[in-house]
Amino acid sequence: MSALIGLLRAFLRPYAAQLWIVIALLMVQAAGNLYLPDLNADLINNGVIKGDADHIWRTGGVMLGIVFALGIVSIVTVYLASRVSMRAGADIRDAIYRRVQGFSGVEMSRFGIPSLITRNINDVQQVQLFLQMALTMLVIAILISVGSVVLAIRESPVLSLLLVVTIPVMIGVVAAITAMLVPLVRVMQVKVDRINQVLREQITGARVIRAFLRTRFEQDRFQEANADITRVGLRFTQVFAVVMPLLIGIANLSGVGVIWFGGRLVSEGSMPIGNMTAFLIYILQILMYVVIAVTVIVLIPRAIAGAERIGQVLATVPAISDPANPVLPASVTGTVAFSHVTFGYPGSERPVLNDLTFTLRPGQTSAITGGTGSGKTTLLGLIHRFHEMTDGAVLLNGEDVRQQAADQLWSTIGLVPQTAFLFRGTVASNLRFGRPDATDEQLWHALEVAQALDFVASMPGGLEALIDQGGSNLSGGQRQRLSIARAIVRRPSLYLFDDCFSALDAGTDARLRAALRAETADATVVIVAQRVATIADADQIIALDAGGIAGIGTHRELLAGCAAYREIVASQFGAEEAA
Amino acid sequence: MKARKAREKTAGHGTSSRLLALLKPEGSRLMLVGVLGVLSVGLVVAGPVLLGNATNLVFDGAVSKLLPAGETKAAVIAGLRAQGHESLVKMFAAMDITPGTGIDFTRLGQILGLAALAYALSVFFGWAQGYVMAGIAQRVVYRLRQSVEEKLASLPLRYFDSHPHGDTLSRVTNDIDNITTSLNEALSPLLTSVLTVLGTLGLMFWISPLLAALSLVTIPLTIAATAGIASRAKAQFIAQWAETGQLNGLVEETHTGHALVQAFGQRQAMIEEFGRQNDELSTSSFRAQFLSGVILPAVQFVGNLNYVVVAALGGYQVATGVISLGAVQAIIQYTRRFAIPVAQMAGQMNVLQSGLASAERVFGFLDAPEEPAVPGRDALPAGAAPAPLRVELRNVSFRYEPERPLIEDFTLEAAPGQTVAIVGPTGAGKTTVVNLLMRFYEIDGGQILLDGRDYQDLSRDEVRSCFGMVLQDTWLFGGPIRDNIAYGRVGASEAEIVAASKAAHADDFIRTLPEGYATVLDGEASSISSGQRQLLTIARAFLANPGILILDEATSNVDSRTEAMIQDAMTRLRSGRTSFVIAHRLSTIRAADVIVVMEEGRVAEQGSHEELLVRGGLYRSLHDSQFSVAAAKLTTCNTLTTREREILGLVEQALSNGEIASLLSLKEATVKRYLRNISVKLAVVSRVDALTKQRNYGVQLRRRSTRTP
Repeated sequence: MSALIGLLRAFLRPYAAQLWIVIALLMVQAAGNLYLPDLNADLINNGVIKGDADHIWRTGGVMLGIVFALGIVSIVTVYLASRVSMRAGADIRDAIYRRVQGFSGVEMSRFGIPSLITRNINDVQQVQLFLQMALTMLVIAILISVGSVVLAIRESPVLSLLLVVTIPVMIGVVAAITAMLVPLVRVMQVKVDRINQVLREQITGARVIRAFLRTRFEQDRFQEANADITRVGLRFTQVFAVVMPLLIGIANLSGVGVIWFGGRLVSEGSMPIGNMTAFLIYILQILMYVVIAVTVIVLIPRAIAGAERIGQVLATVPAISDPANPVLPASVTGTVAFSHVTFGYPGSERPVLNDLTFTLRPGQTSAITGGTGSGKTTLLGLIHRFHEMTDGAVLLNGEDVRQQAADQLWSTIGLVPQTAFLFRGTVASNLRFGRPDATDEQLWHALEVAQALDFVASMPGGLEALIDQGGSNLSGGQRQRLSIARAIVRRPSLYLFDDCFSALDAGTDARLRAALRAETADATVVIVAQRVATIADADQIIALDAGGIAGIGTHRELLAGCAAYREIVASQFGAEEAA
Repeated sequence: MKARKAREKTAGHGTSSRLLALLKPEGSRLMLVGVLGVLSVGLVVAGPVLLGNATNLVFDGAVSKLLPAGETKAAVIAGLRAQGHESLVKMFAAMDITPGTGIDFTRLGQILGLAALAYALSVFFGWAQGYVMAGIAQRVVYRLRQSVEEKLASLPLRYFDSHPHGDTLSRVTNDIDNITTSLNEALSPLLTSVLTVLGTLGLMFWISPLLAALSLVTIPLTIAATAGIASRAKAQFIAQWAETGQLNGLVEETHTGHALVQAFGQRQAMIEEFGRQNDELSTSSFRAQFLSGVILPAVQFVGNLNYVVVAALGGYQVATGVISLGAVQAIIQYTRRFAIPVAQMAGQMNVLQSGLASAERVFGFLDAPEEPAVPGRDALPAGAAPAPLRVELRNVSFRYEPERPLIEDFTLEAAPGQTVAIVGPTGAGKTTVVNLLMRFYEIDGGQILLDGRDYQDLSRDEVRSCFGMVLQDTWLFGGPIRDNIAYGRVGASEAEIVAASKAAHADDFIRTLPEGYATVLDGEASSISSGQRQLLTIARAFLANPGILILDEATSNVDSRTEAMIQDAMTRLRSGRTSFVIAHRLSTIRAADVIVVMEEGRVAEQGSHEELLVRGGLYRSLHDSQFSVAAAKLTTCNTLTTREREILGLVEQALSNGEIASLLSLKEATVKRYLRNISVKLAVVSRVDALTKQRNYGVQLRRRSTRTP
């Protein structure tokens, strides 16, 4: 509950003025609805009984006026309430999305993509729906109920003692059932995540699933998740089914009590019978609005669970955040300097990278090598801030990366990741991803360097050819070349190539590297690779071993002077030759 | 415009009747819900009648007590008439008065007890109704999800390639979720509301047909207002849910490419794009909520109007003596009561509109065109002994997009047990050939024959059950390693899984993992390297034990030891099967029975390595420029002697030192010395090292596995 209240308080603040107007209008509505029966009594007592037709029409006219006014007021209320709740919902979605955009790899994998999607859309949906219904129905129901209670007390303080029992019982029922259901709903949203995950795997793995005829297996997996969510959903709705009848029952039973106790009071002569019937009408009024309130109360458990899950995302401080006063590097050269850098995953005992010191210079190609799991990709991640170092400092363009604004830092980097990922759109929209103002000539040039000119030119529409999500309508090699072209379009001062030439055939690979060499002459180029052949001609090789630097130098220098490098080379090729 | 509206209307109608069709299997339970609903509502409606009687009893008792004991009712009335209290006379005449006695608490207790029992029972029936209804709704939604899942299997791959994944996901999560809410909150309560309206109306007619009829006048008004607003709201709901899907798609895609978005400085741009789509969603959902939210005030307005008219008109009638005061009071009370279920109905209509909009999206997905149905029996029994099969492609043509020819007049034959190497520049259509062989896409012209039988006469499962594949895309699902390998064959035993892993050289690394075969892989951030993933996919194919194999050699950048393992495992996987290899390694290509050189979707050349080299065509140039780019550089290097170049060339072809020695009639030690000399002579020592060591490891693996079958 506190999560929901906290979330709403934070996100309703910008709409405080509108919110107060809504509440004021709701009060007007409540007062109007409570006043109508009074006018009705007046119409009967002073018009009908006295036979005053004029009074009847006059009062009737006033009532009609109030009815029209109430109609207009309530439409305005709905307008404002819908506006506020939908805007607040949009603001929450926006806040989540912004927050996730600041996440590093660690936070991404902690939540998992399917869950982040559910939290961003589905969970917000629950909160937003609750807010909308609360503003249009719950508040007025509470206002009228409270008003009715006040009026009931006015009619008979003694009988009102009955309400002292009834109302806490009603609140208790709602509170108890809500408390019972919130844990259930928490489980339910996790199951929604699970459905999302299984389904997402089935879409991305459609080829493999069909090739191995495992459609049935996948259907079983889905069915399990589906049965799970159905079971939890069933428990939830079955328990909840008791709320509405129970509350109506309690209200009706209190009506029975009113007559029983009221009858005694009337019999004793301590209460006029008219007060008793009036009291009954107020009970009826409360009953009516309790029913309306319950339709909103149904939404509370899911809104609470949703708010908690949203809160977890918003409360996650990204490991990587912008400094208060970011430093702007004096000049952008692409120089990278590692100074005693250590990195370890939170909670793990041994650091992945340990006390690294080296410099990567512009105009040079530096290669980073090492066996599987030696932390090569992680090292790149420290430069482009996908990971945050545990100790030491990485300087880019002479300034600590942590002292620079992330977007400023990234604007100087051209990253080509291990798996080429393209976005839904066109060839051009993908190439302009890092530089929206690039001209068509620049795009064609980058394609030429990346050896992608021919196939793009042959696609229908050329630069405007459509790309499916993830680039699934292209072959692996085509994807990688576009991914490389995308980095070239940016004309960065620092290129980070992470194992990205693998899907290319050797000829394309060779031509691409040759063209790249001319293109990146002034930039700092970092290539992560495992094959010694790939890196042998680099200006500088940094050999990693067990998270530390085994040696730095050219291939020949390392072969000659670094026993550990020789060992890395040997370890790649088996024991026979190393012996 | 009019036509569009009409279409929307029929579409909407279709959606609700399809939703109703889903409820059909629940017919008997729905009847039960109806019976429980009638009982519960009947009791709730009967309650006020009992309470009315109780009130009268109190009133009668209170009045009787005031009158002197011993007199009769007739005497009292006569007395009153004599005094000229005409209105009191009328009232008393209708009352059950025994002058002198007080309130009959015994009877009051009985009536109230009865009322309490009625209410208690209505709580029970109401809950039972909701309980049964919950089951119905959940089962309907369960079936809806299952049919989406089944649909997924019969959609062509084209669908997944061309639709945002996030939007499809949204239909299953957000939209189906919304339908659940609608069923739960609208269906059973709607029944209750309707029954309550009917019950209350019946009572009103019982009291005063005239005033009840007056209230009825407002019902068409209510329906007209509700329907008019609801149809407008529905269009907005449709927009709301479509935009929800779109936004879901954006989130899914940008999260998948998260690191790229950041590193390319596109965070701001993505946040802006999200903001734009988010605003659209916010606008359409505002419109939907406002329009549907207006239904309640509109209904309340009509209800209040009715109340005022009844009060004023009824009051006037009482004043003119047409109707009694009590009757007007009762009617007024009932119109107030009447307003509750009507207002509720309005709210439920609102929820229902939103649910229908979602249902339309789910049905839209279920209606997407499926893969063309094909004749054929069920799949061959899994695990049947593999037999290498003959595969023929005859004049096959295929295009992804109608206006863009891709594969034209493609003919290829693979005899049982043969290895076909498919080579060609990237984008030549190699992957497309795989898509057609696996029947992921249907060919546009020509024929593909599997052991002489046309694909068209076989079911897709039948075709696929003969194939095994190891692709570049090393898809593994989130689950234990064991299950991922067992993916290859239904019901594989633990021993078979381990044997397959051993054959694929995956057993060693799996055992070094802390939880071995039980290690759970997660979808994204992989706990194992890409080379290891590849080994697992090979193990999976081993276990599948297919007659025909499709291999894509392009491996991600793995260390040479792993690469040698992958290569060796793939070689062994090929033996005894017909294989299609998208080849990148010279050794594989040389060893292939047929090499198919592809260029722009056509077969440029076809033949054995030697034939094609001699021909001096495209293969020759590919061979020279690609496969032996390093070797060519080395072998033409004039610091090397002819013999040294010769040996280097053989190493490139993955021959062992022993094989080279026997081929050149040298001692093995001499070959070794040559290799050492070459290394020393050349600046690019590593290339030679890599070649020899990779080869050596492969040879070693080969030996080890022949020793332990």
